[in-house]
Amino acid sequence: LPGARSNVAGAMLMEQATAYADVTSYNNFYEFGTDKSDPARTAGSLKPRPWTVMVDGEVRQPRRFDLDELLKLAPMEERVYRLRCVEGWSMVIPWVGWSLAELLKKVEPTGNAKFVEFTTLADRAQMPGLRSGVLDWPYREGLRLDEAMHPLTLLAFGLYGEVLPNQNGAPLRLVVPWKYGFKSAKSIVRIRLVEKQPLSSWEQAAPQEYGFYSNVNPQVDHPRWSQASERRIGEAQGLFAKKRPTLMFNGYEAQVGQLYAGLDLRKHY
Amino acid sequence: MNRWLLHPLAKPVVWLLLGLPAASLVWAALYGGLGPNPAEALIRSLGDWTLRGLCLTLAITPLRQLTGWSGLARFRRNVGVATFVYATLHWSAYAWLDMEWALDALLKDIGKRPFILVGTAAWLALLPLAATSFNAAVRWMGGRAWRDLHKLTYVIGPVALLHFWWMRAGKNNLLEPAIYALVIGGLLAARRWRA
Repeated sequence: LPGARSNVAGAMLMEQATAYADVTSYNNFYEFGTDKSDPARTAGSLKPRPWTVMVDGEVRQPRRFDLDELLKLAPMEERVYRLRCVEGWSMVIPWVGWSLAELLKKVEPTGNAKFVEFTTLADRAQMPGLRSGVLDWPYREGLRLDEAMHPLTLLAFGLYGEVLPNQNGAPLRLVVPWKYGFKSAKSIVRIRLVEKQPLSSWEQAAPQEYGFYSNVNPQVDHPRWSQASERRIGEAQGLFAKKRPTLMFNGYEAQVGQLYAGLDLRKHY
Repeated sequence: MNRWLLHPLAKPVVWLLLGLPAASLVWAALYGGLGPNPAEALIRSLGDWTLRGLCLTLAITPLRQLTGWSGLARFRRNVGVATFVYATLHWSAYAWLDMEWALDALLKDIGKRPFILVGTAAWLALLPLAATSFNAAVRWMGGRAWRDLHKLTYVIGPVALLHFWWMRAGKNNLLEPAIYALVIGGLLAARRWRA
């Protein structure tokens, strides 16, 4: 799945990318188990084709998109983003996809559309992790419409120039680089534009720990651990690699800081 | 069996066996066998081996009583000391690789995460046991006082288990802690039942 270099500001990070083997073997994708080594082992049962995505809600042109249609909807771009997990580790990943805004514009949001809700596939036959009660399935995430329309917000279909491996959220997933990784829903089957702020699965499970915004912020700790630093996966020094200081908005403050002007980030964590 | 347990070579063999997990972890660390997040893998493996060591320590007396292999008793302290070594490596790996020995960060983390506090407490409680693990200490303290002090193990087991349980509770991934709970609970109950 080739993609042209992206021209979006901030999209081409000049940092050493995390090895493909690490990106595809160390994953949080609870539908395939809660251990980070589970998805690479068990996601073979996911069938990424045929696949459709329903885009509806507060839009003038609600419709179901077929995967092949989505693959041609906009030119594929390669974007190298930081990924910061809420657990305190990070990667650098070359994704392939296009800005979510392209899709949203196609369905013409109405004046009532204020938020976007993403729903992940929840099929027990394909996803062994659904037997566990760790979250209320299907997995749901949400963004404010202006966040969803931001050019950095990516609908990804591939990584490292290849089609997304199942464990990374095949056949299509969200990538919101300035938010903790769990905001980037995987294996999306529905995108719904709504008027009221949607409730995400993590907010529902532990509201005091996971807020709607979940912007990467070294100054606001998770209630159970510090968010001031992170461990970059696959660093050359291996075991003895120093942790890195976590950057405000994961280093995308120049691009997205204005979205949150005047918002109390301590309250809206 | 007792003849083998009392063999002069039995002690070195037991030490060798107790050192095997550590050796395999060093091997894995040197040859990239710890996976994408080697620090996390090392800390967690050392924790697993500490728990297994605790189970083994607690198992020796019930096993001796069950089988009549009295020779097992001579390895109880070795297994206990090895468990302490794994616990120390586990805590040090956390303090070094996760906290980079920054005292303020360490204290803050211990205050913030109850499972770290509980785990640290369990490790600290092992210190007096390790410090009195020498023959001279047994003589100096007297057998009864020594045995009473070392009954602390019956508390440390459940506390270490609570540490593991709490750590896994974040993801509701409680199968392994439940297995350890059954083992440790069973071994403590065996004493109760015997008494």
